[in-house]
Amino acid sequence: MTSQVSSPINEEHEGPAPSLGAPVGALGEQRTSGKQTRRLDRVIIRFAGDSGDGMQLTGDRFTSETASFGNDLSTLPNFPAEIRAPAGTLPGVSSFQLHFADHDILTPGDAPDVLVAMNPAALKANLADVPRGGEIIVNTDEFTKRAMAKVGYGANPLEDGSLEAYAVHPVPLTTLTLEALKDSGLARKDAERAKNMFALGLLSWMYHRPTEGTESFLRKKFAKKPDIAEANVAAFRAGWNFGETTEDFAVSYEVAPATSAFPAGTYRNISGNLALAYGLIASSSRSGLPLFLGSYPITPASDILHELSRHKNFGVRTFQAEDEIAAIGAALGAAFGGSLAVTTTSGPGVALKSETIGLAVSLELPLLVVDIQRGGPSTGMPTKTEQADLLQAMYGRNGEAPVPIVAPATPAECFTAALEAARIAVAYRTPVMLLSDGYLANGSEPWRVPDVDELPDLHVEFASGPNHTAADGTETFWPYLRDPETLARPWAVPGTPGLEHRIGGIEKQDGTGNISYDPANHDFMVRTRQAKIDGITVPDIEVDDPSGAARTLVLGWGSTYGPITAAVRRIRREGGLVAQAHLRHLNPFPANLGSVLAGYDKVLVPEMNLGQLAHLIRAKYLVDARSYTQVTGLPFKAEQLAQAIAKENADV
Amino acid sequence: MSEAVASPLASSTALSLVPKAVGVQSMKDFKSDQEVRWCPGCGDYAILAAVQSFMPELGLARENVVFVSGIGCSSRFPYYMNTYGMHSIHGRAPAIATGLAASRRDLSVWVVTGDGDALSIGGNHLIHALRRNVNLKILLFNNRIYGLTKGQYSPTSEVGKITKSTPMGSLDAPFNPLSLAIGAEASFVARTIDSDRKHLQSVLRAAAAHEGTALVEIYQNCNIFNDGAFDVLKDKSTAESALIRLEHGAPIRFGPEGAARGVVRDPRTGDLAVVDVTPENEADLLVHDAHSPSPTHAFALSRLTDGTAFGAGAATPMGVFRDVARPVYETDMAEQLESAVTRQGQGDLAKLLAGNDTWTVVG
Ligand code: SF4
Repeated sequence: MTSQVSSPINEEHEGPAPSLGAPVGALGEQRTSGKQTRRLDRVIIRFAGDSGDGMQLTGDRFTSETASFGNDLSTLPNFPAEIRAPAGTLPGVSSFQLHFADHDILTPGDAPDVLVAMNPAALKANLADVPRGGEIIVNTDEFTKRAMAKVGYGANPLEDGSLEAYAVHPVPLTTLTLEALKDSGLARKDAERAKNMFALGLLSWMYHRPTEGTESFLRKKFAKKPDIAEANVAAFRAGWNFGETTEDFAVSYEVAPATSAFPAGTYRNISGNLALAYGLIASSSRSGLPLFLGSYPITPASDILHELSRHKNFGVRTFQAEDEIAAIGAALGAAFGGSLAVTTTSGPGVALKSETIGLAVSLELPLLVVDIQRGGPSTGMPTKTEQADLLQAMYGRNGEAPVPIVAPATPAECFTAALEAARIAVAYRTPVMLLSDGYLANGSEPWRVPDVDELPDLHVEFASGPNHTAADGTETFWPYLRDPETLARPWAVPGTPGLEHRIGGIEKQDGTGNISYDPANHDFMVRTRQAKIDGITVPDIEVDDPSGAARTLVLGWGSTYGPITAAVRRIRREGGLVAQAHLRHLNPFPANLGSVLAGYDKVLVPEMNLGQLAHLIRAKYLVDARSYTQVTGLPFKAEQLAQAIAKENADV
Repeated sequence: MSEAVASPLASSTALSLVPKAVGVQSMKDFKSDQEVRWCPGCGDYAILAAVQSFMPELGLARENVVFVSGIGCSSRFPYYMNTYGMHSIHGRAPAIATGLAASRRDLSVWVVTGDGDALSIGGNHLIHALRRNVNLKILLFNNRIYGLTKGQYSPTSEVGKITKSTPMGSLDAPFNPLSLAIGAEASFVARTIDSDRKHLQSVLRAAAAHEGTALVEIYQNCNIFNDGAFDVLKDKSTAESALIRLEHGAPIRFGPEGAARGVVRDPRTGDLAVVDVTPENEADLLVHDAHSPSPTHAFALSRLTDGTAFGAGAATPMGVFRDVARPVYETDMAEQLESAVTRQGQGDLAKLLAGNDTWTVVG
């Protein structure tokens, strides 16, 4: 649960990963039917295999089981851009990390306690992340000479003693799966495919996960192929039973539900992209405007297009365009017609849409531009995360073309970010950038399902009649006559009699909207468009500084929230003083940001770019904000951030 | 030019969802208060007047008519129409209009574009609008030059054209806009010319009556940068033998009295050829069929001129080349929305947000 900055009770935990082999982290022990059960407060599991091994599905299922069990959790899927990268190679390794606990947690965890390696490549690619003493479950069937040679293992790592420091469980997963399915009538190849479910069954046993959800999921997923469904269920059960009966697995673990970490309510697990899609549908419902999505497939944003396409019964129109430009163009056309218009994309798509965003700035029509950031520049690393589109979102257009920017901090927060972006777009008649990223998009966490009535009211009035009286007394409509408070112009949609008007990308005269090249008018319009964005009301930034005595402020934005918060807790647990604040609005900044920054001797800005927020902060507030940056395509690790903060703190 | 016996609009359902005007409209109703700023003598004036005087015939509520344009001389058009309008960015009008039309079936949406706007920077959007068959009327003003940027060659300029950017002659082979449109699965393709208001309006009438995307190429004279490009088709002495007026259901023949020419199909290649009409070959003249399901006929007609050769020997068909019924994008989209409600029920936000896998925390 990561929706609050922190609370003292949470600070007890989120320490370095406890090693499962050692008693550290074990809260209690008991024995049942010859097997030992230990209680843990938290566990980090990583499933790793070939792209074709179904690791993402396995991780998803374990996550669902864990969510329905009531643990807090955070996930990190990590997969190659290639759909089927060459089998058995390091670049082809796909993994899914899941952190779950009996208390409030913030990140998918720095290092896995348990690694499930389906082949030599998966072992080699992930071993460095496993701390000494960690458990490793390997599929020994895949450790053939050829497979090992492919990834550069001269000798078998399972036999040469190189894994001595770990608790290794060699399991012939493939053989056991085939054995379990020998009566299924399936061809060997099909039967082999179920080995990920065997692994899932084994892990489900190890951690006392509920199993009904997975069984009914499999039956539903393979409803058209009942024999495949039953084979997967059988493999899943065989994996469970294997854990139950084999002596190699002497211990199983319990992680109690995180009841005290959650406020009362109904919960579900949700990923960032799903939350964002729901947020868009909710925005449509709360504004009473039909939703129109113009989109072009791009990783990691396509899932929003897929999701919205499934909800046409909410009046959602999804339009898969011929390119990124047409996608936003169609959305803008729909906005002109009175829809809640959205375009979803990633960084390269934003680059292509820039000119149309500028047009939307000039037309002053509501439009949501959702950028699920990924590694750049150019094609970069499509499946890896990054935050390097901030300056593109802020400045990436010709002319003075200010655009508000909203950024969610956690996967579940993508829901509220969508509503907030819609609020600004509709109220101020402006395109709004929503900056999510690959980590938020694919990561998931528990989410308290909100009551529909508690969602903000986004209702909007279209213009319905003349708003100006000419000198001769005639009533006319001026499309650029502004609301004195918000500076928004009227939204007059086609079909409204008497308000026929023409808008365009050419500079227009204040008020009338007629084409104007007048120098003073242009100066006025440029400043007015800027003033409109600068004047958007956004909530103040909250500062988490429990002692009130910290001299260093850690300022973040977007998906670094989890790692920063976890790092800050570590510092405090060790007696360090540090304040934390997280930006959800990047343009305009919260009104109190300047005074918040002025209250600290040092401001440290961790970002997954080369210091883009720090750049903006330094420029606007003239403070000596320090950058701490990483562009590996992966989220920060809490421990690494804690060290960086501690170092900064030490020099205060 | 044939007299329209019964207007195709009478039986059309293309505009059935667009509210009708109350009372009688006149050309004046469609003139905005903006000063028209094209160069004196520009062909755009004639097209604007033709469109403004045609609109009352549709009898649509003015507020439900929208003109969307891109960038170029012709794209100033929406400012002069007293309807809703958007002057957008270069090449993107078909995309913007697609979003508008797809979300608002009660609107009559027109796109005004030029040869540079539609065929160069916006080529992709044009072909995709055509294949989707969105209910848009696209008026492509083809003057075969870039006017607004002061006279560079365009994608319909002939090879060898001397312009500011091609002092030694252009190297680019031009597009034939109608061939391109037919290749992009266009369901309605027509050609007309700025100087013949009656013909222009007859084509607009057919386009408006068509359900789906209608592409109307309008030869337009740019008297500043490409003056006289279509003179062969306008000059009385040459027009008769250079211009073919297509009439659905009639044999394709043209030419002055005593020198009748016609179009026949070569049975071996399937290509069309212009021949002198004789009593022997008269029965072989190709009969124009705009409603032929196969695009072959319309495509072959579009190849009679490459869109650039208007001199002796070349013949340029004018009129409706192709007009066939095909599923219309936004109609199908609306049907999917309706059938989703039938199948899944009206969307219930609370149910959606909760999903199937929840757990409860008691405080
Ligand atoms: S430049 Fe040519 S096309 Fe443009 S307004 Fe002048 S005459 Fe017309």
